[in-house]
Amino acid sequence: MAGVRTSREKWGNRIAIATVFVALIIMLTPIYWITATAFKPRNLATTIPPTVVFTPEVSPFVKLFTKRSQLRDQPTQKEYDAAPWWEQMVFDGGEKVVRNRKTGEVRPSGYADRFKNSLIIAITSTLLAVSMGTLTAYGFSRFKVRGEDDWMFFILSTRMLPPVVVAIPMFLMYRVVGLNDTHLGLIILYTAFNLSFAVWIMKGFIDEIPKEYEEAALVDGYTRMQAFFKVVLPEALTGMAATAVFCFITAWNEYAFALIMTTRKAQTSPPFIPSQIGSGLPDWTVIAAGTFLFLIPVAVFTFLLRNHLLRGMSFGAIRK
Amino acid sequence: MPSEVMIRLDPKSRAAAKGLNDLTIRNLFIIPTIVFLIVFNIFPLLYSLGYSFTDFRASTNAPANFVGLQNYRDLLNDPFIWKNFSITAKYVLISVTGQVIVGFGLAMLLNRSIPAKGLITTLMLLPMMLSMAVVGLFWKLLYDPNFGIINYFLGLGKFEWLADPDMALYAIAIVDIWMWAPFVMLLSLAGLSAVPKHLYEAAEIDRAGSFYTFFRITLPLVAPILMIAIIFRTMEAFKTFDLAYVLSSQPNTELIAIRLYKMAFQEWQTGMSSAFAYIVLIMVVAITNIYVKYLNKVKAR
Repeated sequence: MAGVRTSREKWGNRIAIATVFVALIIMLTPIYWITATAFKPRNLATTIPPTVVFTPEVSPFVKLFTKRSQLRDQPTQKEYDAAPWWEQMVFDGGEKVVRNRKTGEVRPSGYADRFKNSLIIAITSTLLAVSMGTLTAYGFSRFKVRGEDDWMFFILSTRMLPPVVVAIPMFLMYRVVGLNDTHLGLIILYTAFNLSFAVWIMKGFIDEIPKEYEEAALVDGYTRMQAFFKVVLPEALTGMAATAVFCFITAWNEYAFALIMTTRKAQTSPPFIPSQIGSGLPDWTVIAAGTFLFLIPVAVFTFLLRNHLLRGMSFGAIRK
Repeated sequence: MPSEVMIRLDPKSRAAAKGLNDLTIRNLFIIPTIVFLIVFNIFPLLYSLGYSFTDFRASTNAPANFVGLQNYRDLLNDPFIWKNFSITAKYVLISVTGQVIVGFGLAMLLNRSIPAKGLITTLMLLPMMLSMAVVGLFWKLLYDPNFGIINYFLGLGKFEWLADPDMALYAIAIVDIWMWAPFVMLLSLAGLSAVPKHLYEAAEIDRAGSFYTFFRITLPLVAPILMIAIIFRTMEAFKTFDLAYVLSSQPNTELIAIRLYKMAFQEWQTGMSSAFAYIVLIMVVAITNIYVKYLNKVKAR
């Protein structure tokens, strides 16, 4: 009787493991497909049956960073031979790289600028949100604040506002003060958005640091400020790093505010990449290459953050 | 009254007398954040509350005329808005149900000893960290009727996922489920691993069936955390903009956030859209309230 039971359990376990692996493969397929398409020549990106085995090449990335136009005539052999290897790749795909008529310089596409904008805006807003959030979290964690729960609810509720709802008045106000399509404009919005998150999650981390540490420091003659900077802050550093990564990812991925508030100069990658799909036949290899580069920081951070994901996703409510 | 703010420190001690007092530090640390949030979140909302009673259009220089509650009356009587609400309700229902079934199912499967469990879990969580707009866009290629891999692997021929008016909303929800089922899984796993093992052992001794064990032990104990996941996802699905906006421009997939965006930034009905934003806002604040109650409940355990 007992033998039957364990063998049934064993089989149950095997089926569970098999199901998990199948689910994992299905879930990772879209990400794999983005990666694969980013290294395909254009003619293999949209084949039936799908091309799984191919020789990877970097032509999508060359095309991603340059302005190109469709090739009217085949290049002459001399032209082709004179071109650098990466330009030959673009020739092979039936396009040519656009050069400045006078200087002959290659004209870059908007991608690198958008990527840079994304970096500037995400990093600055993250630093602001984490530093302000840590201070506020300490304030709520260590001192009595009248109506603390109400304040914390107020802080969280600002994050729950739908972006488009906030964007309508912000757009009008930014227009008055000239902050539309500026880095500062988006930095302010993202800081506000991440600040509430940073306060909530940092409060959890600071609550875990024993109060006795500071008391010992105070008894030793430190002021409250010194105790905060020399005792509490070093202890909270891991939490701050995790919070920063979460804030960075949120700002990095944000779409709606960026779509509404920026058009060109300060535009970030998320609204830029979909705008490249255009009409007619989109070149999916270029879109995949742009998406691939855009996803790398997030994928790396997800691995670094893996032990803190639960905490971050539940606003610090669930700890492990 | 510094003694009121200090938690442990004796106000007459040597340390408290030096440097800034605790009340000052508390205010220095908290007030900037509160002010920042009021200036950049609450003040704009008050600003648009004013506009919601006018016929202002941001695309013209015409001065705003006060129209009272006309915008609200028009909106609530507009059958198209109600259609947007019902589309949104349907979307929320499909995507949250899907996420709970897939996410909780995966958590049940993962809640045992599995080789490389940590790595598998992390890999499964990857989709939810990615940008909805950018990755969502790529699903257009996967869904493509002519050369999409979904049709190829499912053998569906030239099935139109996004162009079909009845299917498009489901197609968007599937992407949302793909991205956010891992979130439900993550929270459910935390709930499942917190169920005391001795309860299962006791159930086994009593020869309780697996059905009984699940509904009497597992589910009630995981319920509060699962509830957090459900409320949070409901709120997020209700606000969905990115995914539906990049994937489809059909009237059948016009969620509230998209209607609001079009009204405000394409039709430039600033006054009307401000009123609409307020209606949406009230609903979101109501859900947030329930959400925070649950957060605190789980925290208290």
